[in-house]
Amino acid sequence: MSARAPRRSVRVRRARSAVMVGLTVAAAVLATLPLIFILALLIKQGASSLNWAFFTGMPKPVGETGGGMANAMAGTAMLIGIAAAIGLPVGIGAGLYLAEHRNGRLAWVVRFLSDVLNGLPSIVVGIFAWQFLVRPVKQFSALAGGIALAVMMIPLVTRATEEMIKLVPDSLREAALALGYPRWRTSLTVVLRTALPGIVTGALVAIARIAGETAPLLFTAFGNQFWSTSLTQPISALPLQIFSYAISPYEEWHSLAWAGALVLLALVLVISLIARFVTRSRFGHGHD
Amino acid sequence: MATTEPRVLTTVSGVASAGDAPPARPMVAVRSLDAYFGANRAVKDVSLEFPEGQVTAIIGPSGCGKSTLLRCINRMHETVSLARVEGEVFLDGRDIYARDVNPIEVRKQIGMVFQRPTPFPTMSIRDNVIAGFRAAGRGAPSRAEQFEIAEWALQRAALWDEVKDRLHESALALSGGQQQRLCIARALATRPRVLLLDEPTASLDPISTQKVEELVYELRGDITIVIVTHNMQQAARVSDHTAFMLLGDLVEMAPTSRMFTSPGDERTEAYITGRFG
Ligand SMILES: Nc1ncnc2c1ncn2[C@@H]1O[C@H](COP(=O)(O)OP(=O)(O)OP(=O)(O)O)[C@@H](O)[C@H]1O
Ligand SMILES: [Mg+2]
Repeated sequence: MSARAPRRSVRVRRARSAVMVGLTVAAAVLATLPLIFILALLIKQGASSLNWAFFTGMPKPVGETGGGMANAMAGTAMLIGIAAAIGLPVGIGAGLYLAEHRNGRLAWVVRFLSDVLNGLPSIVVGIFAWQFLVRPVKQFSALAGGIALAVMMIPLVTRATEEMIKLVPDSLREAALALGYPRWRTSLTVVLRTALPGIVTGALVAIARIAGETAPLLFTAFGNQFWSTSLTQPISALPLQIFSYAISPYEEWHSLAWAGALVLLALVLVISLIARFVTRSRFGHGHD
Repeated sequence: MATTEPRVLTTVSGVASAGDAPPARPMVAVRSLDAYFGANRAVKDVSLEFPEGQVTAIIGPSGCGKSTLLRCINRMHETVSLARVEGEVFLDGRDIYARDVNPIEVRKQIGMVFQRPTPFPTMSIRDNVIAGFRAAGRGAPSRAEQFEIAEWALQRAALWDEVKDRLHESALALSGGQQQRLCIARALATRPRVLLLDEPTASLDPISTQKVEELVYELRGDITIVIVTHNMQQAARVSDHTAFMLLGDLVEMAPTSRMFTSPGDERTEAYITGRFG
């Protein structure tokens, strides 16, 4: 046991380490495989329908060939705009509060509720929005859809903001206070400003996350075969259009759905790439 | 009012009797000050005075309350949660812990430089220097005047020649020593009457350290300076008076030359001769 024990334990440790490395590599490959498959499948099925008319045209009635998703793309852009206009200020403000009042009781409650909200199934958010925003006015609307998406977005932005602000060194806060900055000015012009690249990343990730949400839109934005930019009218969205085409019995519509899915994925991919790019410039400062 | 009764309280050894430093009125007078972190009493019944236009060094072993004492002078101590202050601190005769005093106004009149450089990472070099004016509100000088002041402050901080061609670059592009001098320039720009330096050269190389020391020496007369340092030679070089603290107590305060040649308390002697701490 005495002389040989260490050598054997080294060998065992090496073997165990090799197995663990192998397992994690396998897991990493498994984790990315679905994305690669999905991308390949979408390109195979949808690329043929991706033409100019797809981006500029409107949906055609059954039986007519061609047609595009211009209204759905505009609708998605508008829904994202509404969601961001509501979700970003609320989420960033809440995150700032959580980070600046770390140990307060209210902070604890807000943090907990925000986690719960984050875990809420999106269909529940959709029903909630329908109950309070659609039913009372008896009208599906872009606004209701945007608000439902904002509700999905807020907890993501809140936690991202909080985490980014926590990374700002306390010494910066102190330096600002020592200069005679009031607390609010310290928070806004020094702390928030320093954390901004990280917050932008968090916001983009949140936008990418909600861009493809379908369930919250089913009973709120509802979908629309026509062009609409009205806040108070039903509005089309890429995921909704994909959904209704995909469950239709027509080949033609199926391939349009594939193409729509491809565009949606590309959108998410681009937003994620931008988020990556912004992240890289985060906290370039050389001190701790 | 309080300005006229300084020397009575002048600490253990008595600054007033100093042979080498001319008697000066106290710019900052600390009276029976206690500072707490929760139940931990970090500064214990400290009374001392910082004479106008002179440099006072605070020395003592790690954890003895030097930074805490310093941070009570510009009301920064209370920004830490559970931190509390008892006693009085007079700034030019006015009790800064009086009820009607706004801590923000106190901090604007007192500059502070920390152990590690704290440039604002999102601001340019010049914007860092004039950052203090952002808090000044309507009383702030015009933009053009601020730029002139920035040049003046950078020159005082012995940084101007190194940065004059890149004032718009990020402050993070500077070396650690340059960043620290930038922070000193930032503290000087608003023309504070008192400058608090908490181990300003602790993270600097010898050359940058020397520049900061020269700066401190030059600023004497204009500004009242309090400098915390672990470096005895530094205290001896730059200060007129030295205060020695131990476990939250002020052991003694004396003219620097006397402190380092014939300290009044044997604990002081033990510390400065390196027998502990
Ligand atoms: N933020 C804080 N929270 C709680 N206790 C603190 C805090 N900062 C300092 N203390 C305590 O207060 C006492 C004095 O600390 P202080 O920082 O004033 O010492 P110091 O003399 O500046 O030491 P150093 O030379 O290491 O900087 C120490 O016992 C320390 O543990
Ligand atoms: Mg200290």
